[in-house]
This record gives sequence, C-alpha cells and structure tokens, in this order.
Amino acid sequence: MNDKMLKDTAKKHVPKQTKGKNACIAFISGGIMGLIGQTLLQVYGTLGFEKEAALSLMVVTVIFVTALLTGIGVYDTIAQKCGAGLFIPISGFANSLTSSAMEGRSEGPIYGIGSNMFKLAGSVITYGIVSAFLFGSIRFLMFGG
Amino acid sequence: MTTINFDNVYMLGRATAVGPMEQKGPIGHMFDKAYDDNYCNEGTFEKAERTLVYQACDTALRKADLHVEDIEIVCGGDLINQLTSSHYFARDIDVPFIGMYGACSNSSLVISQAAIWVENQMAKHALAFTSSHVATAERQFRFPNEYGIQKKPTTTLTVTGAGAVILGRQKSAIKVASFTPGKIIDWDHKDANDMGLAMAPAAFDTLQTHFKDTGRSFEDYDMIVTGDLSKIGFSFLTDLLVQKGYNLHNRLHDCGLMIYDFKEQDAFCGGSGCACSMCVSLAKLLQHLEDNEMKRIMVIATGALLSPVAVQQKETIPCIAHAIVYERGE
Repeated sequence: MNDKMLKDTAKKHVPKQTKGKNACIAFISGGIMGLIGQTLLQVYGTLGFEKEAALSLMVVTVIFVTALLTGIGVYDTIAQKCGAGLFIPISGFANSLTSSAMEGRSEGPIYGIGSNMFKLAGSVITYGIVSAFLFGSIRFLMFGG
Repeated sequence: MTTINFDNVYMLGRATAVGPMEQKGPIGHMFDKAYDDNYCNEGTFEKAERTLVYQACDTALRKADLHVEDIEIVCGGDLINQLTSSHYFARDIDVPFIGMYGACSNSSLVISQAAIWVENQMAKHALAFTSSHVATAERQFRFPNEYGIQKKPTTTLTVTGAGAVILGRQKSAIKVASFTPGKIIDWDHKDANDMGLAMAPAAFDTLQTHFKDTGRSFEDYDMIVTGDLSKIGFSFLTDLLVQKGYNLHNRLHDCGLMIYDFKEQDAFCGGSGCACSMCVSLAKLLQHLEDNEMKRIMVIATGALLSPVAVQQKETIPCIAHAIVYERGE
C-alpha cells in the first residue's frame, strides 16, 4: 500500500467541487442582501434620517436580524445554502460574534462569552486594523493625507 | 500475529441512547432511549452527553440484570478533551476505570479492552461504553454550532448518542470472538473536512491484517461493517479492496450510512463519531446475531486522530481502525 496508489485511487472518489454553482448562489443571495440593505436605507431616508444616520441604522438592523436568526438557530441553515452571499456582508460578521458568544455561554460571562465572542471575528478586526494602517500610511505618504 | 481470540467472552447486556436526529433516522426505533432535544434535559451539551452515557450504562446493567457493584472494571472513552464525559461518568461509580481514546474507533477499542479483562479472568463482569455529541464535537473540532459557514459536501455529521455493553463469561447469544488492533495509517491526507477519505486506508489495512491472521475472507462473514467512512470513504475502501482482488459478496457496509435518512435528513456525507459505530452495531447489527439471522459479524471502527491545533499547523491526519468480531453464542 503506497501513498501514490492511495492518492490516485482517492482522487476518483472525491466529489466534484461545485464552485460555479456556489458562486452563482452567492451572487444571487448576496444581491438580495444588497437589495434588502438598499431598501432599508431608502426607508430610513424617507423616515427623515440623514444619510449617515440611515446608513448606520441599516447596518444595525442587518446585525440585529442576523443575531436574532442565529439565536433561534435558523441562520446556519440559510447560510449553508447561500454561502458567501451571507458570509461576506456584515451578516457574516454578526453571525460569527453571536454564534461564538452563544457557544461560550456555558463557561460564564468572562471566560465564556467575553473571551470567546471574538474568537472568529478577531481575525477580521486584526487584519482590518492592519490594512487600514497600511493603506492609510500609503495614502498619507503618496498623496499627503 | 496481531489478532487476539477470545474463547469465553459474552455480551450480557447492551444498550443505546441517542439524540433527536438519530431517532428520526431509519433505525431510530431500534435504540433503547432517544431524546427529543440535543440538550437531553440538561443545561449544557457536555452534560447532555454525560446523560446519554448514564442512560446507556444504566439500561445495559438492567438488561444484564446486574448492579454497579457486580462490575469489576469499566473501560470508556469519548471525543471531548480529557475524556470529559467518560471521566465525569466514572467519577460517580465506585469501580476501577480505564479511559481510552481512539477517536471514532473507540467502540471496538473499549469493548476489546473489557473483553481482555474478562477473558483472562481478571474481571468477572466488565462495562464498556463510548459516546459522542454533535454539539460538543463540533465546538471542539470545528466551529461554534450556530456559525453560518458553508460546510463542504464531504463533511460528516457527528452522531449524538452513547452505547454501553456488559461483558461476562456466562454464555449468551452474542459472543465477542476476536479483536484485531489497527496500526496508525497516515497517507498524507490533510483535509479535516473529509475524514471518511482519510480513514479508508486504515480500515483497508486492518481488514487485510485480520484476513491474513485468520485465513478468512468476505464469505466467512455475514456482514463486515466499517464505522464512519462516509459515502466517499466507503467507495474509496471498496475500490481499494476490489483492486486488491477481493470479492466483497455485497457484505461490506458502513454504520454512518445506515443511521440517517439521506433523502429526508441533512446528514451531508454520513454519520461519524464514537457513537456512530457503537449505536448502530449494538442496536441493529448485533440484533441479527441475537435473532439468529446471522452467525458472524465484524465491526471495523475507524478513527481520524486529528487535533485541531496540529491541523492548523499543516500536519497530516493520522488514522486508525480496530476490528472486532462478534459471533452467535449458543
């Protein structure tokens, strides 16, 4: 039994990647996500909020709905179908926070919820700050701020 | 020779307890106890897994008509770090305990260990159990349970359940006949989301060792079942065996492919976890021996011995498979 024979045989049994299909579903579900966001923005606009405030309200609404759906155990089922369409927008970030916090609940508020909440979202924040610093520096050095 | 034979080890009682998904599966009615909720009336998933262990062990003892005091050695294991479920269960019974870890290969591992004690008259009665829980395994090995990441189609679903057996020397319908311990097989497979594929060569190796030691082949068994190879790993193993020239006589099956209804349930590529081979073999397969429909069954429990830390450090996944043979007793 050599590794090469095993690898060659294994290759035949690996299911075909459905990247194309996943990308299409992500494109559509991501589009729907954008549509929802834009609608919310318009609604808040017509309610008399300034553009900046309406933007924040829209983001908060998406985060709230995601957290709620995660809490009642529905979000992961939808996300399994939608993939990147829900993972890339702020909903993905909100879900990673909520799910990690829920998971830590049994270990208490400090060692459980507190330290676990950013377990997955931590990378987004870390590299968000790092890239903000890098691109900010480039912009400052090249264009003077 | 690797295989050890037992002449005087019989199964006096066996019991299973499972979660809601398993209950809704095609063999749901065969389990002794099923809970409607993954929490099993407890506050945390860890406690829920322990409840499953309690339930299985308690039922097995009742079926064998024995008390905890009659048990002289307990062998158990689960998937959680430091064998949490097993050790906390063992804390509450005043019996010597051996904790074992072989990931999903635990079922054959613990039963064979208990059988060695009984065979050599070191214990009159021995209890062996193993358990797994989808939520405790998921949070330890993968992501938080409610995390909305798109899982790969090669993923398997950890079975929520526990199984327990009581072994002794009094004759019964089910005889524990022999045990073939496996070697660690690592063929440079790194995808932790495709453990079925990773484990198939280990099952292949143990099966070959067993056949070599005993001089038997597929036609000598009514059924040979692997633990949790998933659809992919199972077809991989079948391919390897056919390439090697074996005639399977349609007798090779997989526990993980029996426990869920793939049309109705979201079970991805099949069931996995310690409870997968344990619950399916105890509830369904050994029933065939008890009902005298079959004479000899082999269960090859397969385990992917991965550590989340090692996988993140780009290490490969070592795998193991232990085979245990059950025969019709009387």
